[in-house]
Amino acid sequence: MVPLSYYLILSGILFSCGVLGFLIKRNIITIFMSIELMLNGVNLSFVAFAAHWQHLSGQIFVFFVMVVAAAEAAVGLAIIIAVYRTRETLDVDQVNLLKL
Amino acid sequence: MLHLVLFLVFAAICIAGAVNLLIQRHPIGSALSLVVVMASLAAEYLLLGAEFVAAVQVIVYAGAVMVLFVFVIMLLNAGEEDRTKGSHVALIIGVPGILAGGLLTAWVLLKQTGDVAIGALPGDPKTIGMLLFHDFLLPFEVTSVLILIAIMGAVVLANRPETQNETRKES
Amino acid sequence: MTENLNLWLIPILPLIGAAINGLFGRRFSKPIVSAVALFFSGAAFALVLRVWSQFSSLPLPHYEFLAHWIRYGNFMVNFEFYLDQLTMLMLLVVTGVGFLIHIYSIGYMWEDASYYRFFSYLNLFMFFMLTLVLAGNYLQMFIGWEGVGLASYLLIGFWFTKDSAASAGKKAFIVNRIGDFGFLIALFLMVKHFGSLNFSEVFEKVGPLPVETVGVGLLTSIGLLLMLGACGKSAQIPLYVWLPDAMEGPTPVSALIHAATMVTAGVYMVSRSHVIFDHAPTALTVVAIIGTLTAFFAATIGIAQTDIKKVLAYSTVSQLGYMFMACGVAAYSAGIFHLMTHAFFKGLLFLGAGSVIHAVGGNQDMRYMGGLRKYIPITFWTMTVATLAIAGIFPFAGFFSKDEILWRAFQVNKVYWAIGLFSAFLTAFYMSRLWFMTFTGEYRGDQLQPARDPDGDSQNHAADVHGHSHDSAGHNSHGHDSHGHGDPHESPWVMTVPLMILALLSLVGGFIPVEHFLEPVFANGEAAAVETANHGLEFTLQIISVSVAGLGIFLAYLLYMRRRDLPQKIANGLGSFYQTVAHKYYIDEIYAALIVKPLVEGSTDILWHGVDQGVIDAAVNDSAVGARHASDAARHMQSGNLRSYAGWVAAGGAIVIGYMIWMGVSR
Repeated sequence: MVPLSYYLILSGILFSCGVLGFLIKRNIITIFMSIELMLNGVNLSFVAFAAHWQHLSGQIFVFFVMVVAAAEAAVGLAIIIAVYRTRETLDVDQVNLLKL
Repeated sequence: MLHLVLFLVFAAICIAGAVNLLIQRHPIGSALSLVVVMASLAAEYLLLGAEFVAAVQVIVYAGAVMVLFVFVIMLLNAGEEDRTKGSHVALIIGVPGILAGGLLTAWVLLKQTGDVAIGALPGDPKTIGMLLFHDFLLPFEVTSVLILIAIMGAVVLANRPETQNETRKES
Repeated sequence: MTENLNLWLIPILPLIGAAINGLFGRRFSKPIVSAVALFFSGAAFALVLRVWSQFSSLPLPHYEFLAHWIRYGNFMVNFEFYLDQLTMLMLLVVTGVGFLIHIYSIGYMWEDASYYRFFSYLNLFMFFMLTLVLAGNYLQMFIGWEGVGLASYLLIGFWFTKDSAASAGKKAFIVNRIGDFGFLIALFLMVKHFGSLNFSEVFEKVGPLPVETVGVGLLTSIGLLLMLGACGKSAQIPLYVWLPDAMEGPTPVSALIHAATMVTAGVYMVSRSHVIFDHAPTALTVVAIIGTLTAFFAATIGIAQTDIKKVLAYSTVSQLGYMFMACGVAAYSAGIFHLMTHAFFKGLLFLGAGSVIHAVGGNQDMRYMGGLRKYIPITFWTMTVATLAIAGIFPFAGFFSKDEILWRAFQVNKVYWAIGLFSAFLTAFYMSRLWFMTFTGEYRGDQLQPARDPDGDSQNHAADVHGHSHDSAGHNSHGHDSHGHGDPHESPWVMTVPLMILALLSLVGGFIPVEHFLEPVFANGEAAAVETANHGLEFTLQIISVSVAGLGIFLAYLLYMRRRDLPQKIANGLGSFYQTVAHKYYIDEIYAALIVKPLVEGSTDILWHGVDQGVIDAAVNDSAVGARHASDAARHMQSGNLRSYAGWVAAGGAIVIGYMIWMGVSR
């Protein structure tokens, strides 16, 4: 049987990769995908804990996380499209009107 | 034993996909790696007995959300990323930092929970459905409203300005 | 103690008058302003008369509580009123003479553009003076004390567009403050040692204390500090310097404030505190010495002045010295008696001088007056009465009060008596000099050049302090020499009637049995026993003082009537000594060099440049600059770059997680 901590470590690794991608990448769509990666990592830890405590609400919560992720992806991509229309670029470093 | 092997195999695929997402320079490569990650996660969920969640993961996440991502990548004709000074800096600072944080977290987790093994918790649709519509009814309804808002937001945000001018010309 | 006379109305009514005239007076016509002012001051006088009518049936001292004020643990100060014979006398003098001067002012200030402001201030002064007199505790007296100083400042600087007037007002207020400092310290000592400022309570506590004959104990300190306050308010050495400058104010102000009432507040205060002084003979001696010296010193300055108001100012300082001399020999009722008679004749002298100035069209220099007897007869006769009164000629009022003081001084120390006698000689001399120069001989007004003194030297500047020729911009238009009518003219009846009333009082005022009236107040402290002895000696001394006064008048007659060339020859002969006296012994210059200049320079260099600009302004500016630098540094967080934001978020999150891990691990 697999210890809980293995699942948690895997979740942590996925989350860290997501954060790393968020920080490193410059293409805004890739950044968005890193966010999805983070959410997936979190989902895994929820399910793992649900199995650990033998309580189904962990899996229910995963359900809600997915709904929110989907909605956020839809709206976020719409924003990206709008930004692309005005800025003509997907590079995050160039969307910087607030720059000094 | 089998569980452990299966877990490790799918975990390796997961991590490989995640790392590939970071390494890929074209967004479409990152998108496909993410699909791989989601699929392997679905397998992990099955190992944990969460059947419904695994199915939903594949259908919704990998099947809808990622397809949306790919559509947008194709629509915007995103190209490869250039290497710049800033991204170098981010690499140099970010990678060791995250690695350190991750290792620390892993060590703590191992120390805390150690060898407690977990079994599967069967999450069949009937049980989930009962929970969802009895105990979690309110959040359920709220999420439906959330989706409605998201739809409206997406439509408004993505609306082409030219369409409005044409409409005005016609009337 | 049983009947409530509503004493609080007496000060409040003038205050209401001041408020009405002050707030709305600008829109009123002059008759209405006058009516308001007269009504409220007259009402106060009427109330005082009503109290006076019931006076004999009142149990004294009469105490009235109005409201609580300060309550701090056991220490309590209330708004309360205290009425005894001394208060009654002061009330009658203040409201009576005050009312007369209000009437006079209607005529004198009629042409002034700020007519309403004058009466507002005058009523305000009455309010404060009445508060001072009626107060039941030292703190309330101090309110009145400070308030009359304020009113004095406002009224001296009434024509504030004139530099000299504004400076004079400032000088008066600041010099007064020095005295007030002494007063305050005395109050603090009283609070600390007696736990109260109420008259009855303080005097009860002081009564059983031993008399301090050696060294400077508590009561001596309090006495000396109170005397310092009195020196400021009542213009004694060394704080008298403001009173001559105060002549910049309109003449009714000089009459009311600087002759009859405000400057007597010091004498009143010392008399009220006689219980304290009786236990502190050292302080009392200091009072006597200051009074005597001031009486002499001011008289010597008075003989060389050429401005009619300045002569009267120095005369006031000198007469106040007499009052303090009286208090200093524990003859308090004699001092108060002289206070009353002085209010009559000095008030009359000032009002008469105002009438004279009005008549000659603004000139105040006696060298250019003369022969006014035939032009302004009423003023002439009333001022004659006043001059005889102040010289101390029987049976005028001044004779009785001054002689009583000299007699009591003689019994304590003959040196006081001798100096006082010589000062009486000088008083008679310079007052007669004033009289001769102003009213006799030929009118010399045509010798006055229409000089336009830009520096506002009030000694011979025409039409500077006269309300008659002021226009609304405060610009001193030049006087009657451009007016058209050349001859001096008598003042309107509004001005002459108060003169006549005061002349009557100066004539018969000496017969008022003040000392007998005040006996119950000073019963414990007075050297009453000595009074009954030796009527023969007293009579001899009276003869001496009358002769001395007559000598002074004769000398003035010689110099200013018979041989008019002599004064100038004497002045030339005395040379620099005369010049010193004529320049008031250069006291103002000495003060300016020794005290004022170092203070101003020290303030400028140390306090202004050093502390205010260097420390306070620098602290504020530097903190502003520092804030700007800090925000400049922090600004870099807002780069507009999405990834740096993400970096900051990640860093923050990592810190929080790290903290949580640490918390979890350490348990």
